[in-house]
Amino acid sequence: MNQPFAVLDCALIAIATGQKAHDLRELRDRLITMSDPGIMYYHFWDALLRPRFVDPEYQNDFAAWVWHDLHDRRLAERLSILNPADYRLMDDLRHKMIEVIEERMDEEDFMFYPDADHPFFFCRSQIVIFDTHFRIDDPRKLSEIIAQMSLGSIFYHFIDSRRRTHSGINDFSVWLRGFEGVYEVLADEIDAIDPYFDSLPVLRNELVTVVEKYFKKGNH
Amino acid sequence: MGCKLDQYAEVAGREVIDHLRQLAEPMKGINVVHVNSTREGGGVAEILHRIIPLQQELGINAKWEVITGDPEFYQCTKKMHNALQGDRLYIPETLLKQYEATNRRNYERLQSVLEAADMVYIHDPQPAPLLSLCSNRKGKWIWRCHIDASRPYRPVWKYLRRFVEGYDASIWSLTDFAQPMPHPLYIIPPSIDPLSEKNMELGKKEIEKIYEQYELDPQRPILVQISRFDRFKDPVGVIQAYRMAKAFVPRLQLVLAGGGATDDPEGKDVLIEVMDYSDDDPDIHVLLLPPDAHRTVNALQRISDIALQKSLKEGFGLTVTEAMWKAKPVIGGNAGGIRLQVINHHTGFLVDTPEGAALRIRYLLKNRENLEVMGRRAKEYVRENFLLTRHLREYLTQMVAVMRGSLERIQL
Repeated sequence: MNQPFAVLDCALIAIATGQKAHDLRELRDRLITMSDPGIMYYHFWDALLRPRFVDPEYQNDFAAWVWHDLHDRRLAERLSILNPADYRLMDDLRHKMIEVIEERMDEEDFMFYPDADHPFFFCRSQIVIFDTHFRIDDPRKLSEIIAQMSLGSIFYHFIDSRRRTHSGINDFSVWLRGFEGVYEVLADEIDAIDPYFDSLPVLRNELVTVVEKYFKKGNH
Repeated sequence: MGCKLDQYAEVAGREVIDHLRQLAEPMKGINVVHVNSTREGGGVAEILHRIIPLQQELGINAKWEVITGDPEFYQCTKKMHNALQGDRLYIPETLLKQYEATNRRNYERLQSVLEAADMVYIHDPQPAPLLSLCSNRKGKWIWRCHIDASRPYRPVWKYLRRFVEGYDASIWSLTDFAQPMPHPLYIIPPSIDPLSEKNMELGKKEIEKIYEQYELDPQRPILVQISRFDRFKDPVGVIQAYRMAKAFVPRLQLVLAGGGATDDPEGKDVLIEVMDYSDDDPDIHVLLLPPDAHRTVNALQRISDIALQKSLKEGFGLTVTEAMWKAKPVIGGNAGGIRLQVINHHTGFLVDTPEGAALRIRYLLKNRENLEVMGRRAKEYVRENFLLTRHLREYLTQMVAVMRGSLERIQL
């Protein structure tokens, strides 16, 4: 018998590193020397728990800065398409970013190093995790409980799990796979949800829908 | 007082309140002291009025202490405030001595409270030297800077820095404002209280009474800027923008309304400048409001067509948040926290000049449908990001983080 699913919750607090970049070359140089993977994580993933507009033009902080403050739409688009979920390590994502920036700098139409309207400020975060003492013992209750989860819980189990666990996937799928293959299809369907382009409330709804649909099809 | 947190569930959601209660669990019973320099007037006092009762309701023994001083002290701290915002101001040695002596006198009064506290929040530069005086402290000390210190006047910052770098951490409203220091620099934007008198829903009669009270014509468009009479809020620039727009929209009315803060000695001078500049225009209404005129401010924001906050420098700009909560598009100065709230072309417009403000005023008054859409978006943006519940959550998270050290992950 699988262990009950322990619903945890989390809250994030942003910390300024004091480092900043005033142009693209400085951004590239800071990325080269950056040793804290938490900074990449913050600028790619933590945005989901931070103030942002409902219809952002670009999904990560680097792409948004390149467009809004350097006005380089071509590079902003290329950075925006980088999906952090594709990278097991934040370091790999960092190297990919450096590559994309350097390719852009080598292009003929690239305007060399204009100053940004506003600097890019590098940040990281601290995450505080706490137990809600809520447990789920039956996957059939999953949708009902997810619908009531805080956005912190959704972030912890669906986003944070990707850097916390060896499997690099979400906690719900890992738990469902503990039922000796019974819920393998549902776990696959949850894995297939792309978490990067939605806000957390939308993600919560999407999770609920996927689980509800699965059980409505007559699965047990 | 009843269970105030539960009232927020109606606005922010039940799960948000449950989340706060669980997060606060490990802090139950700890002694927290907030110290600032005014009980009334300005955004800091307002935030403390709201957040301290909620911390208490979560089981934290939160207190609020106010330091006091003579006019020379406030003259010094006002200069300090302006210098942190970038003004190249010389502060005479005599005033700095007065600043330090005032802190010593206040420390003698507050010593036992400060020594016993588990966590002390010192707000802004006025009480900053208290840490250096508290040699028997047992708790963690946090310096909370509410000011846009992104480009401080260096000699003044150098003087102040020696008082603040010894803190265990500092809190800033935006990353842009944070000055590098040898401790963690936490980023916590402020918030508004949707249940306060300044932001709650008002009855139709109360709103309509405002037209009569201030001789405003409900049939004609109204621009409103709510802010202290402070040069950084650029009230003269607002009048210039109004005049340029009025050439195209002759029926336009402008309200410049604000109160004075007890720690702001320049307010009177700026008010006189503004009155002079308004040149007896009957459609410019300059209102000096008492510090408790929260419902009046609420009603003025609600009767406005467009809210202005044309600041040249701004800490966060809570008046922007307040206006957005009332579904008003905001034309804001491209400064400080206004940039975080006014999403250009979505929740309002960011402008750098009176000309830019005039152009956007004309655009919005001509395109009423866009004005309404922007206003609705503004309200939702505030609901998701700038309500008191989010602010409280971040304070609690920061408290846990400071008490548990600088670990990236803290499991309670």
